[in-house]
Amino acid sequence: MSKILLLYLIFSVLIFFLPKKLAGYKAIVLMLLQVAVFIYFISLALNTPSGSTVIEEIPWIPGLGLNLVFVADGLSGAFALLITGIGALVFLFAHQYMKKYENTGGFYLQLNLFSGAMLGLVLSGNLVQMFIFWELTTVFSFFLIAFFHEKEESRKAAFQSLFVTGFGGLSLLTGIILLGTVTDSYAVNDWITHADEIRNSQLYLPGLVLIFLGVFTKSAQFPFHFWLPGAMQAPAPVSAYLHSATMVKAGVFLLIRLTPALGGTPEWTYIISLTGVLTMLTGAWFAVTKTDIKSILAYTTISALGILVLLTGINTMLSLKAALVFLFVHAFYKASLFMIAGLIEKKTGTREIENLGGLVRYMPLTFIFATLALFSMAGLPPMLGFLGKELIYEAKVQSPGIASLVLILGVTANILMVTVSLLFLYKVFLGKYKNRGAIPNEKGFLLLSGPAVLGMLSLIIGLFPEFFAKSVIEPALNIIRDEKIVVKLELWHGFNKVFFLSLVTVLSGAGLFLLIIKQEKVITFWRKINTRLFAVNFSDVFTNFLNNFIEFSKQGTKSIQHGYHRYYILTIVLFASALLTLQLMVTSEWKIQAPLSFRPFYISGVVIITALATIFSIISPTRILTIISMGVAGYGIALVYLYYSAPDLAITQILVETLTVVMFFLILQRLPRFAKLSPIRTKIRDAVVSLFFGGIMTMLALKAIKINFSNPVSDYFVENSLSKGYGRNIVNVILVDFRALDTLGEVTVLTVAAFGVFLLLRKKSEP
Amino acid sequence: METLLAILVGILYTAGFYMLLRRSILKFIIGIIFLSNATNLLVFLSAGLVAGSPAFIKDGNMQAEKTADPLPQALVLTAIVIGLGILVFTLALKYKYFEVTGTDDLDQLKKTDD
Repeated sequence: MSKILLLYLIFSVLIFFLPKKLAGYKAIVLMLLQVAVFIYFISLALNTPSGSTVIEEIPWIPGLGLNLVFVADGLSGAFALLITGIGALVFLFAHQYMKKYENTGGFYLQLNLFSGAMLGLVLSGNLVQMFIFWELTTVFSFFLIAFFHEKEESRKAAFQSLFVTGFGGLSLLTGIILLGTVTDSYAVNDWITHADEIRNSQLYLPGLVLIFLGVFTKSAQFPFHFWLPGAMQAPAPVSAYLHSATMVKAGVFLLIRLTPALGGTPEWTYIISLTGVLTMLTGAWFAVTKTDIKSILAYTTISALGILVLLTGINTMLSLKAALVFLFVHAFYKASLFMIAGLIEKKTGTREIENLGGLVRYMPLTFIFATLALFSMAGLPPMLGFLGKELIYEAKVQSPGIASLVLILGVTANILMVTVSLLFLYKVFLGKYKNRGAIPNEKGFLLLSGPAVLGMLSLIIGLFPEFFAKSVIEPALNIIRDEKIVVKLELWHGFNKVFFLSLVTVLSGAGLFLLIIKQEKVITFWRKINTRLFAVNFSDVFTNFLNNFIEFSKQGTKSIQHGYHRYYILTIVLFASALLTLQLMVTSEWKIQAPLSFRPFYISGVVIITALATIFSIISPTRILTIISMGVAGYGIALVYLYYSAPDLAITQILVETLTVVMFFLILQRLPRFAKLSPIRTKIRDAVVSLFFGGIMTMLALKAIKINFSNPVSDYFVENSLSKGYGRNIVNVILVDFRALDTLGEVTVLTVAAFGVFLLLRKKSEP
Repeated sequence: METLLAILVGILYTAGFYMLLRRSILKFIIGIIFLSNATNLLVFLSAGLVAGSPAFIKDGNMQAEKTADPLPQALVLTAIVIGLGILVFTLALKYKYFEVTGTDDLDQLKKTDD
C-alpha cells in the first residue's frame, strides 16, 4: 500500500515530463492512475473474506515506537473506493473543465497529491501518521481553493478554511497525544484493545473533546461550518472532489474509525449527536434561502455531514449501517451535482438561480442526470438516496435515549432537503429561460460523463443493492462492530412506520416547495427570519476576531519592536539590573570581605584620577576632551594592572589605549561635532538608570572578591608551565601554549575586523 | 583597595551605559570602550589582588599561593585585544555611515530606504 502512495508522488511529478503530444492530457494520465488504484481496491475487496485486514508495517521512528502502518480493511477500503472512484471521474471532468485556464499543471499536481494524502489518511493504522496525512489534505485544499488567487475573495476563503481546519488539526494532534499517553501507543489497534482503559482514564474527556474539535472543523460541523460555503470559491472539480466526497468526510472517517476505541460512552453519544443534529438542521435551513447554486450545494453538504456525524453518534448497528450507505449516497449525488453546477456556470456564465431557468430546452441530458442526483438527494425512489434515507429513519426510530428529538429534527431537515431539491430542479431547468448570455449547449461530453456515471450508479445500486451491500457495506460494518454481520439492503421495506415517515417527508417537502413558488413572500420572509435569528454571521465573527488579533499583535510588536536602539538597551539594562538585584538578595548572607582602605596611597590616587577622568569624559562638551579623558582613564587602569602583578595586561592595555586615542583623532576631523540631541529630562533618566546599574555592579564586584568554590584551574598551569610549556611567564604560556587555540580565534577576529575596516574605508572604485 | 576598585568598576559601568544610551553614534562607541574596560577590571578584581608578585616562575621552587593568578590575566588579555578589534571595526563602520548619510543621530538609522 505504501507503494500506491509512492505511485501518487511519482505521477505528480511525471505529468510535467509527458511528451509534447500528451502534454494536454495530464488529467487523463492521472485519471488512469485513479482507475488503476480503484481496480486494485475492488480486487482486494473481492478476494479477501469479509472482516479481514491487510496490514503493512514499516519501521518509521523506532526510538519512539512509531511505525508506519497501512491498513486495508472493509472501512478503509470503502473510503478508498470513494476516493479513487470519484477521483477518476473528477479528473475526467477537470480535463475538459480546466482547459481554458492557465497553470493547470500545478493544479493537477495539487489535486493528485491531495488524492494521495486522502488515501494515505484512510489507510493509516497509526494516528500520528494519520494526523500528518490529515494536515497534508488541509494544506493541499488551501492551494486548491485558492486556484483563482488573483481574486481577493478566493484568497480569503482559502485562508479561512486553512485557519479553521488547521486549528482543528492542531487540537486533534493534542487529543491524540493526550490519549496516546494512556495506552503508550498511537496505533489504532492498540487503542481498540485498550478501549476500557482509555474510557476510564481521567484524560478521556479532554482528549475526546480535542479530537472532536479536529473532526468538527474538518467536517464543517456547526459552529465551524462557515468555511465550507466560503470554499466554494474553488473551481468546480475541487468542490466536487474535496467538498463532497473526500476531505470533508475525513472527520466522519476518523469518528467511525475510533468508534470501537472511544465510542459507546454518554459523552461520545451526546456531544456528537447534538452537534450532528444542529449541523443537519442549520445546513438544510439555510440551503432553502440561498440563490447561488454552489452555495445551495454547500449548505446541503453541511446538512449531510451533520447526518453522518449524528448517525455515528447514535452508535448502533443500524445507525452505522445507515451512515456507511449514506456516505456513498451523498458522495454520488453531491459530486454529480457539483459537476453539473460547474457545467452550468461554464455554459451560462452565472450561478444565480434567479438568472437561470428553462435550461431543459438547451441541456436535456444535463437535466436528466441532475434529476437523478436531485431525486437521490431528496430521497425519492428508486434512487439509492431513498434507500439511504429509509435506513436513516430506521436508525433514528430505534436510536436509544434521544429517539424522539432526533426523529423530529431529522424529519424536518429531510423535508427541507426535499424542498431544496425540487427548488433546484425547478428554478434551474424548468420555467422560463431568463439568461441573456449566449445560448447554452452541452458540448464536451466529458463534462457530463461524471454525472452520468454517478447517476446511473445511484439508480442501479438503488434497484439492485445486494452486491453493493455484500461487498462494500458488510466488510466495513464488520470492521467497526468487530462481529460477523450479514448486511441486506432492500429498496422496498413494506408499509411500516418508516415508510409512513418517508411519505410525510416527501409530501411536506413538496407542499413547502409549492408554497415557495406560488408565494414569493414566503422566501423573503424566510430570509428575514434568518437575518433576525442569525444576526451573527459566523464568517464575519471569524474575520473580526482575526483582524482584532492581528491588530493586537501589531500593537504589541510596535511597543516592543519600536526601532529605538537606546530603548532596547534600556530594557536590557533594567532587566539585567533586576536579575542581579535578585541574585544579590539571594546571596545576602555572604559577607563582604573587603575593608575600605586607601593604602597604598599612590594607587588610590591613580584610581581616583581614573574615576574623575571617566566622569569628565561623559560630561565634557567637546569631542577632543572626551577622548583625551577616556585615554587617561585607560592608562589609569593600565597602572592598576601594573601594580597588581599583571605586567602583560598593563603593556597590552597601554598599547591598545594609545592606538584607540590615535584612531579616534584620525577620524575625528571627518566627523561632526557633538550635537545636543537629548533633552535634560532624558539625560537625568539615563543617568539614574546607569547609576543604579553601576551601583549593582559595584556590589557584585565586592561580593565576588576572594570567592573560590573549588581549586583554581590555574594551579595546573602554574605547575606545568615550565616543565611542559618551557616558559617562565605563565600568562604567556597559557596564551600561546595551553590555550593556543583561543589565541588563534582571537587572531582570526582581528583579521576579520581588519578585512572589514579595509573594505569599509576603501575608496569607491566605481560611482 | 578592593573597595575602591569596586567603586571604580561601578563608575566605569555607569559611564559606559550612560554613553550607550546617547543618540550620538560616536558617544555610543566610547560607551563600548568604557564597558569593556569595566568588565576587564571586574574579572581582574574578582580573582583577588596580589601586589608586586607577577605570575613568573623564578629559579628554584616557587609557591603558587603567593603569586597572582595567571588565568584571569590571560582571559583579560584576550578580551582587551578583541575589544580593540571590535572598536576598530565600529569606528570604520561609523566613518562609512557618516560619509553616506551625513548624520550622527542613531534615530536616523531607523529607516532603511531613502
